[in-house]
Amino acid sequence: MSETANSHPAVGERIVHKTFPPITRHTLALYCGASGDHNPMHVDIDFAKAAGFPDVFSHGMLVMAYLGQALTDAIAPGRIRSFSTRFAAITQLGARLTCEGHVTELIEDKGEKQARLALTTKDENGEVKLAGAAIIAL
Amino acid sequence: MVGQSAIGRSFTPVTARVEPGRLRYFLNTLGERNPVYRDELGARAEGYSATPVPPTYLFCLEMINAERPFEFLTELKIDLARVLHGEQSFTYHAPVVVGDTLTFKSRVTDVADKKGGAMTMVVVQTEVTNQHGAHVADTARTVVVRN
Repeated sequence: MSETANSHPAVGERIVHKTFPPITRHTLALYCGASGDHNPMHVDIDFAKAAGFPDVFSHGMLVMAYLGQALTDAIAPGRIRSFSTRFAAITQLGARLTCEGHVTELIEDKGEKQARLALTTKDENGEVKLAGAAIIAL
Repeated sequence: MVGQSAIGRSFTPVTARVEPGRLRYFLNTLGERNPVYRDELGARAEGYSATPVPPTYLFCLEMINAERPFEFLTELKIDLARVLHGEQSFTYHAPVVVGDTLTFKSRVTDVADKKGGAMTMVVVQTEVTNQHGAHVADTARTVVVRN
């Protein structure tokens, strides 16, 4: 990869930033097949309504996949040591997501210099959908 | 309601080959254009033995290849309509690339009631090994059951 993050990032520096097009029903249908997660909650409005939701909504893992894409745009996949998230809120149809990652700490593990990142995914209203973290090798 | 007795319960191991066509479908769905996932020569130049998989794809590989993708829910008598994904983590120990054959072994590691029993959090941890026996990753998912 040509665009990898600077190997000496500073604490507080934003090294991950990407926005994505709105999530459509088509995206959810494709992700259902592509991911192997055939939970009808995300593609069948009748099922979602019967479960008490107004409409289908995004797979959490689709949103995490977008966050992962933003992460590996900045950091080569082989340098990611861990990647985790909490799903803070349901991501609705039409959401336009922005993924960001800031350096929170510079650490060392078994002689390897690493950075800890705080990651977020927010929708167009600024609501946090995912609050995550990653450890990357520098 | 899922009880503490579920802790330690393990599920049928899943074997998954990382197929290039299935991976391309995932990349196209996500609008992923990063050449590291698409250009084998480029990936080799970066030191991979073949193109690597994106960071969340391990979760998909397990579901795509499972005989019963929702086995842990049915075995624990959890209704699919009542679950939400609460948390997900991946810890990577070695690269996973196209052509690998992975084995996923999952077990329940925690069950906790929240909000006075209105919700139950169930944690399933999965150990991932490859065709050489290398331990390539550990994943953990937390599902939230609305009781």
